[in-house]
Amino acid sequence: MRIPRIPSSEIAPEALYWSRREWLASVGLGAAAFAIPGCLEAQKDDLKPTPYDLVTGYNNFYEFGTGKEDPKENAHTLRPSPWKIAVEGEVKRPAVYDLDDFFKGMTPQERIYRHRCVEAWSMVAPWLGYPLGDIIKRLEPTSKAKYVTFITLLDPVQMPGQRRGVLPWPYIEGLRMDEAMHPLTLLTVGVYGKPLPNQNGAPVRLTVPWKYGFKGGKSIVKIRFVEQQPRNTWNIAAPNEYGFYANVNPTVDHPRWSQAKERPLGQFFMKPTLMFNGYADQVASLYTGMDLRVNF
Amino acid sequence: MTEGQLIRRVIKPVLWAAGLAPLGWQVWAFFAGHLEAEPVKGMEHFTGQTAIVILCVTLAVTPIRRLTGWNGIIKLRRLIGLFAFFYALIHFTIFLTFDLEFSFGDLWKNVVDRPWITVGFAALLILTVLAVTSPQAMVRKLGKRWTTVHRLIYLAAGLALLHFFWSQKKDISLPLKFAVVVAVLLGSRLILRPRTRRPRTVARADLRG
Repeated sequence: MRIPRIPSSEIAPEALYWSRREWLASVGLGAAAFAIPGCLEAQKDDLKPTPYDLVTGYNNFYEFGTGKEDPKENAHTLRPSPWKIAVEGEVKRPAVYDLDDFFKGMTPQERIYRHRCVEAWSMVAPWLGYPLGDIIKRLEPTSKAKYVTFITLLDPVQMPGQRRGVLPWPYIEGLRMDEAMHPLTLLTVGVYGKPLPNQNGAPVRLTVPWKYGFKGGKSIVKIRFVEQQPRNTWNIAAPNEYGFYANVNPTVDHPRWSQAKERPLGQFFMKPTLMFNGYADQVASLYTGMDLRVNF
Repeated sequence: MTEGQLIRRVIKPVLWAAGLAPLGWQVWAFFAGHLEAEPVKGMEHFTGQTAIVILCVTLAVTPIRRLTGWNGIIKLRRLIGLFAFFYALIHFTIFLTFDLEFSFGDLWKNVVDRPWITVGFAALLILTVLAVTSPQAMVRKLGKRWTTVHRLIYLAAGLALLHFFWSQKKDISLPLKFAVVVAVLLGSRLILRPRTRRPRTVARADLRG
């Protein structure tokens, strides 16, 4: 197979830290590819990480404002250290942990995951995190624990966006126990080999790569094991638009737009969205027999 | 300088420059790499909001005229209105190019299935009709009906606002601000009556907006 010629700026390690001006070069490439549709396919390098500036400069984190560039601008008020995380509910040893103790003895792993926002944009991020399943095993949930709820910090001083009632605060997300135990699911503490920037959900967030991005609760202060399916924030805010499962699914449209395609950050044209965001082989069996149109 | 000269030599060139400035900014942002991380969404938001801003300016002509008694301002309204149409058309073209990739089947599906697209598309159609009927020749040809046709701008403004509201995920504060502006501009017409009372037939033929 002939290897396509790639400008050195695209493969050098510095490529990870493109400046905006260099990013233009990639846009230029994109424009050139427009003329020759075949090139678009050749360019589709699926797991090439999205530039750091984009991963950390374009975020949905309403606690710091509803604009995508607001979190980077405003999240400096968050104090991610020291940080405590409370474990409660259907668990043998409920407790409040210092974050350092919470991960004691474990080594974070780098996972390069696709990230698909429900708004039809996408990126690839080299996360650094701990498999949630390993942590849950240590916490010893009881047999009644059927779901896990993740609760974001509630503090309008540190999170000025919470002074507006644009969403019910604090932000809540949840997973079914088998989803939480799945080896792909991470408690993420870093990206690009560095601690998470505040705007990405420092110091600890959830990453569930086969689900839409809003399932990944940020700046988590509480993990609660429960018997009943919890209601997640976006589902409460707009139940006809956002479900509990929120599995990436190109065949089930959002009421206002198609989910069949996605636009990688920084690019002009869209590419097809993959079932379960490309992780179908690993996770499809979790949903056998479920109507994904109903459980969207 | 007579008023006519002032309009031709000063005001209209300034309006042209102001009207093209947003486009110039976008073109510059494109080449300088200053578009948003989602460049297409960024361009769509920018051109859509520009269209609504200019639509508001168009709707401000009549209140300004009645407030100041400067009737000459009416000669500027067509140019301003055409710029609103221009940006609405660019907004739509970006959507057609990058989101739909020129699939007219997808366009039809969107217009039929998604109310927020339906109302936005309807607003664009109205603005198209208004643009097509804007030349002097069409004004003369349509006579009194011209005024009736061009009252559709109120409907276009309402539909454009609805499109803006329904496009929002949760935070409606921005479209709300525009809605307040439009409400003030339309409401002012009820309070500010035309300054010079003329015989009814003449008043009707006048290009009220």
